[in-house]
Amino acid sequence: MQFFGGSEISPSPPAPTASGNNAHMMYVFNRNGICLLYREWNRPLRTLSAQEDHKLMFGLLFSLKSLTAKMDPTSVEKGNLGVPQLPGQGCSFHSFRTNTYKLSFMETPSGIKIILVTHPRAGDLREPLKYIYNLYVEYAVKNPLYTPGTPIKCELFNTTLDQYVRGLG
Amino acid sequence: MAAIYSLYIINKSGGLIFYKDCGSAGRMDTNDSLRLASLWHSMHAISQQLSPVAGCSGIELLEADTFDLHCFQSLTGTKIFVVSEPGTMYMEALLKHIYELYTDYVLKNPFYEMEMPIRCELFDINLSQAIQKERVALLGR
Repeated sequence: MQFFGGSEISPSPPAPTASGNNAHMMYVFNRNGICLLYREWNRPLRTLSAQEDHKLMFGLLFSLKSLTAKMDPTSVEKGNLGVPQLPGQGCSFHSFRTNTYKLSFMETPSGIKIILVTHPRAGDLREPLKYIYNLYVEYAVKNPLYTPGTPIKCELFNTTLDQYVRGLG
Repeated sequence: MAAIYSLYIINKSGGLIFYKDCGSAGRMDTNDSLRLASLWHSMHAISQQLSPVAGCSGIELLEADTFDLHCFQSLTGTKIFVVSEPGTMYMEALLKHIYELYTDYVLKNPFYEMEMPIRCELFDINLSQAIQKERVALLGR
């Protein structure tokens, strides 16, 4: 289990480098599979409709988590394949890479899943994902007009997120 | 110390044709390994659909908390993937070498039926040697 304690009240973003957009898109899902946020910065290829794309992404992550929990070579006691895992239970993956993109994944103990799709040579993005989760907490969750479990429509969150992702070297 | 935990080879339809366990804790029975192989085959295909850029050929590396999974897909659709310790280097070279062993000792064997489980003794022997050599080489580096 990982906990994100020790963060400041208002996080200050690191100094942006002038590298332009190098993230393709980002998804945020809650534990029920509802897509709370989908941001797209650079996506030349779109094979499915938005709804199907979200469902496919969520399904892929669910199955991959199930696979990694079962395939874990260091744990003796493994559950059965296909049994839903609680957040933090069992081994979970944090990224996968193909020849055209790299997908970085983080799941919080409350079941919020943050997915960032970047170019394949991106480094370890676990810290940036934690930072993005802090942005979500600050700008979306603490917003009194936001209902949890619904898509996020906070302009300030979107602009801060865009600014931060643009600065990711 | 870098170690290889297990090796799977799946045919182009996703069926498991070879599985070798080199020291993972806990048992994995045949059914489980079959299910995992098919699941991996499907995940590999789905990841191609979700690519933002054209020309995706599927997952090459999956990084989890306690292991890494390296996958190599040949031009014919046969996938060889290996579960190793996080941060193990030179796995792509090992996978290509294992593919060479597969073509030499399995495909060129006239008694081997395509897409069927591999039961070739020479393949097993040479595979063990290759993994052993890899382990020794990695210890030396």
